Amino acid sequence: MLELGQDEIAKYPFLADAGQYLKDQGFSLEQFGSDPDLKHLIEKAYERIRVAADGKIYKSDLDGDHVSKEAALPREVFSFLLAIVLLKLSGMHTLIKRFALAEARRAEKYLEKDLANISDESKNQLAIRVIDDLFSVQVEKLDDFFVIPVSNYLKHSINFHEREWKLINRHVENGQVYLSPHETVRLIRKELGTYINSKIVNARTPTMIPGFEDSVNKLVSLSKKFVTYTVTTGEYPPCIKHAIEVLEKGENLPHSGRFMLATFLLSKGQSVQQIAPLFKNAPDYNERVTLYQLNHLAGTSGAGTQYSCPSCEKLKTQDLCFATSECDNIINPLQFGRKKK
Amino acid sequence: MQETDIQFLENSFKKYYFDHFDQIKVPERTSEREFGYQKFNSGMTRHLAIKDDKELHLMLIQNIPSDVYCSNAYYTFPNLPMNEKDWKEADLIFDIDAKDLNLPCRESHTVSICNECNEVSKNSSQCTKCNSTKLEKKSLPCNNCINASKTEVTKLSEVLIDDLAVSKENIHVYFSGNEGFHVYVYDSQFQEIGSRERSELTDYISFRGIIPESFGMKKIKPNRASFPDFEDKGWRGRFSKYIFGSKSKRSKIITELLANGYSSFQKTLDDASDNIGVKIDPNVTMDIHRIFRLPGSINSKSGLAKIQCNDLEKFDPYIEASFLSDETVEILANCPIEFKLKNKKFGPYNNEKITIPTFAAAYMICKKLARIA
Repeated sequence: MLELGQDEIAKYPFLADAGQYLKDQGFSLEQFGSDPDLKHLIEKAYERIRVAADGKIYKSDLDGDHVSKEAALPREVFSFLLAIVLLKLSGMHTLIKRFALAEARRAEKYLEKDLANISDESKNQLAIRVIDDLFSVQVEKLDDFFVIPVSNYLKHSINFHEREWKLINRHVENGQVYLSPHETVRLIRKELGTYINSKIVNARTPTMIPGFEDSVNKLVSLSKKFVTYTVTTGEYPPCIKHAIEVLEKGENLPHSGRFMLATFLLSKGQSVQQIAPLFKNAPDYNERVTLYQLNHLAGTSGAGTQYSCPSCEKLKTQDLCFATSECDNIINPLQFGRKKK
Repeated sequence: MQETDIQFLENSFKKYYFDHFDQIKVPERTSEREFGYQKFNSGMTRHLAIKDDKELHLMLIQNIPSDVYCSNAYYTFPNLPMNEKDWKEADLIFDIDAKDLNLPCRESHTVSICNECNEVSKNSSQCTKCNSTKLEKKSLPCNNCINASKTEVTKLSEVLIDDLAVSKENIHVYFSGNEGFHVYVYDSQFQEIGSRERSELTDYISFRGIIPESFGMKKIKPNRASFPDFEDKGWRGRFSKYIFGSKSKRSKIITELLANGYSSFQKTLDDASDNIGVKIDPNVTMDIHRIFRLPGSINSKSGLAKIQCNDLEKFDPYIEASFLSDETVEILANCPIEFKLKNKKFGPYNNEKITIPTFAAAYMICKKLARIA
């Protein structure tokens, strides 16, 4: 594990071993609930979560890269640790996710600054090591860029849906991808979020601590705001309509197209018996094979894996996408026509 | 296929596997791969583990398969069901097939065989005899098809070596035994990446999904300086050569591109995909559990062998991949297209009884354009 200085713990509090940190500082959780001098930190922790839930980044006490005053460091780290305790006590998963993401973005800002820091080589190296240790991305510095192996880049970038992250839109040379400090850090945002999220999920849930109740109750009612309802039109997306048309005309639909159509309809709750007749017009139709394959996709035969509908991105690669404006940036055909109320 | 045809092909294939076992390259780390085979007129047998050359030899001679396959993936337990195999890594594979190249010559050497009445007609969408639309297309690829496929292989190798730092020795090119080439990449940084990553890699290689910004065209305040140049590495350099033609035209063409605007530039990029992108089948590359035709084995779609091409430029599949015997056989041929094998011309045949060498007879029978008389 990395050796962290004070500034680093404040910037990346999730790297610290929470329980150990409190002990080292000579505190117990109960003290925060009872000691009037410490109690306001619970309020601060609640605030940290509330800001995150709103999709904003918590503004910290850090002054630039440094801890402004002696007292600021414990405050920074305590409010993070207490936020975790509050989240665990409330048991609200939507809030945990939002909090982890916001904290990841907060850390991202510092990592980016550290990476871009040309005057302090150690800052630079630390950021590279954090990335390497936590996310196994081998970052190397080359002139003004950070370069990482293409295979490493792909592992992270495939989670992005923006086209500028596609490999074809990057500077690729000699088996490596060239990135700015901002892009390097952005690349691991999700992993950073996942890492923080798993730290919270895996943390032990304490029993209710006197003095924490108010903030916990406030969190429970806060999380209600994020329950969403959706309505579905029931209309098929253009890729599916197109596939059905091709089959109706008796033309050949490639294997990948049949896979898409079948998995889509299965996900929409249709049965194998309902779907099978669609393929009757295919030039190579064979009832036995069709049923075998459909049952396989549905997970009722074979290894029992139920196959899911491919993403829009994959369908584009396979020439199966016929997007219209109604597709509205969805990332999977299954989302077509689903609107938040 | 009728029983006598199957028997004939089985005998010819058996002789090949007996005489030419040295052609069959047992892939490295044999025991970590999954093998499979197909027999004429029956389903696939897969999830087989094979220890070494000897075992493979035995399997071929005992079963006389129509097609033999081997995984590009390495597993801890290759003979267990798919989800228990424990996938470790997989070689990177590309499939370049003449049928995906949309060549203008294709129509002239494609026939349609009716699934209902077996009538063979020139490429059409309906059976000329019974009007059925259930047609099977068979193509007898010409030299133009092979050459165009070779060009794609060369383009692919260039991207792999220059952009992706794959070493030349780790790229092996095989003639597929039918209409194209299989390119294998061993020991690269891509061994362990999954299916989605491989799919993204195919988009890179086929120059797909580009946004104008990446090649210099911004929506707001586009800037001449960000357009690619001839000396640029990777796709920027290749795109420069394609779009500007020569250095002297660069400035003038950038002016034109700027004047035409953003969406027109997007169109230019999409068109460039069709011209300079490498035409590979994305589905093959992203499948990390597939079993691929075994190098050295015979392709039952043609009776030709899948063999490694050491000198791609000089390679002629119709000479070098045809291994079946010269013994003659009497067949009933209905093959409206002329073809050439081992430097001899055959056809066209219009429902004729002829006596020809085994290698040519097998070629037509595999294409369903002849049967044993």
